Amino acid sequence: MLRTSTRLYRPVCARTYATGAPPHALVFLEHRKGTIESGSLSALTAAQQLGGQVSALVIGSSEHVGGVVEQAKKLKGLTSVLHSTSPQYAEPLPEIVTPLLKKLLSDSSFTHVVSATSSFGKSLLPRVSANLDVPTVSDVTSVEHDASNDSTIFTRPVYAGNAISTVSAPSSIPIKFFTVRGTAFAAAPTEEGSNAEAKAVEPVQVDDCPTEHIKTTIAKSDRPDLSVASRVVSGGRALKDAKTFESTLYPLADVLGAAVGASRAAVDSGYADNSLQVGQTGKVVAPELYMALGISGAIQHLAGMKDSKLIVAVNKDPDAPIFQVADVGLVADLFEVVPQLVEQLKK
Amino acid sequence: MRPSPARLLNILVPVKRAVDYSVKIRVNPQQTGIDTNVKHSMNPFDEIAVEEAIRLRERLPPGTVKHIKAISIGPAKSLDVLRTALAVGADSAAHVVLPENAPAPEPLAIAKTLASYINLQNNDAAKVAKDGKVDLVVLGKQAIDDDLGVTGQMLAGLLGWGQATFASKVEVDVGRGEVVVTREIDGGAEEVRCRLPVVITTDLRLNEPRYASLPNIMKAKKKPVEKLAPSDLGIDYTPQLTTLRVTEPPKRVGGGKVGSVQELVERLKDAGITGV
Repeated sequence: MLRTSTRLYRPVCARTYATGAPPHALVFLEHRKGTIESGSLSALTAAQQLGGQVSALVIGSSEHVGGVVEQAKKLKGLTSVLHSTSPQYAEPLPEIVTPLLKKLLSDSSFTHVVSATSSFGKSLLPRVSANLDVPTVSDVTSVEHDASNDSTIFTRPVYAGNAISTVSAPSSIPIKFFTVRGTAFAAAPTEEGSNAEAKAVEPVQVDDCPTEHIKTTIAKSDRPDLSVASRVVSGGRALKDAKTFESTLYPLADVLGAAVGASRAAVDSGYADNSLQVGQTGKVVAPELYMALGISGAIQHLAGMKDSKLIVAVNKDPDAPIFQVADVGLVADLFEVVPQLVEQLKK
Repeated sequence: MRPSPARLLNILVPVKRAVDYSVKIRVNPQQTGIDTNVKHSMNPFDEIAVEEAIRLRERLPPGTVKHIKAISIGPAKSLDVLRTALAVGADSAAHVVLPENAPAPEPLAIAKTLASYINLQNNDAAKVAKDGKVDLVVLGKQAIDDDLGVTGQMLAGLLGWGQATFASKVEVDVGRGEVVVTREIDGGAEEVRCRLPVVITTDLRLNEPRYASLPNIMKAKKKPVEKLAPSDLGIDYTPQLTTLRVTEPPKRVGGGKVGSVQELVERLKDAGITGV
């Protein structure tokens, strides 16, 4: 059957290959004020597993791009670093970055476009891929490219992680877009002697953008970042209120050097900031230690933490589902347990 | 006399019928998918989208929101979720009916369907004169079955409209034809101003959906539902990706319980975890 509507949207840059081209991935390398995001480093590792060239794209204002490019050049496995500087890229919006990506993809040999499953990656990649009439495969946990038939096989969790779907993107998809679950891939390391080629790319000026950035508010914290912390202490509804949440969990997090997380119930009740939510609709974490305090363990929460190495649960309810996945469970009142824990861990 | 608003809003709310969020799903023995013979309901993020459309109508000056239309693309049973949307306050619905045993449509095909539907409405002078243009699409940030979370962005890309994903607050200024959206981003929040028309995807914290009352459920049965076939919109639903298999995730077995804090700390120490 004809893809009738395809004709309407068929972009100028759609190409058809006679045979499989060697993979060449373009990784959208995100940075926050000049520091490369760890999720992007994981995306780089995933891109390397395709077995071909890997290029990175860095965008931003003139203030940050130079520094990021210098960092990026030393990353292991990176062939080239494309960079584009424009005041418009300082606070990038998908509407502004899409034309740049479309241009890059139209006159080069890229076969894959990769980003972290970050809020920006999730907003950008599908917008671009739809313009090229191809899908975006979200939040992949493994990737494997078969150069002989130009297909890429991905696995990704579905149904809140209660099933794993294995999908193949066949050769009929000329450019394969995917976002990468950070916890499933190690971060690409810096390697002595690496010196990827840096190449400046003309920015594509977008006039009359329908969207305008007003402001960004980042929740400040001295603690390690939740999504990359090796230890996480998480609280649920049982923490009663925001003050109790802080006064109970923070001392324990401090003694463990852990990040603080929260269940959706705790976030919805206003005990903790949105950015701390762990679960299907929040962050996905896989630390060495995950302590679930006063969290019952709903499917949606488990989706965000069940790949943790060691799960410890403290809950008053012996039948709480969290105990079915916890390596170490303690049925007790967390308000009695936590101070004791802090004290004993200090020893 | 109050001056009439500069612009009347027509809101389109795409909704999806998905396995209910509380169902513990089971992978089928053939490993082709999951057992779908379970309770289904409207995708929770779409409930939030419908609610937001209704709240906009309640919040803005009377008459500003001209029409709220829910749309679903799926087998006959998807009509249930459209009725739910109508029962809480949508004015009408459109249903693109897919064959019962067809493979689940991919987000890109859904986005094309929506774009095609919107273009049909917005590019037809007679239709615009009668019903006005669709200028606001509100949809969930992801469906809780495929967890892809891409449809809204694809739709915005196809239409060339602005997009505001993961919205936790939406403020419409009809006079200026603008929407200010607070978005949830990694580590915090971001505010953007979008010109209408725009595509907004909802995060959980945008609002708390209401329940439909019995009288409204009864009334919803009389509200109009337009039925369309895929061919009416010229969309091919053949998947681009091939699902090779669907499997159970590795089972995690609980390690049992300990009796005291002392024991808990011992176990932590055994695992090499001590205070810093």
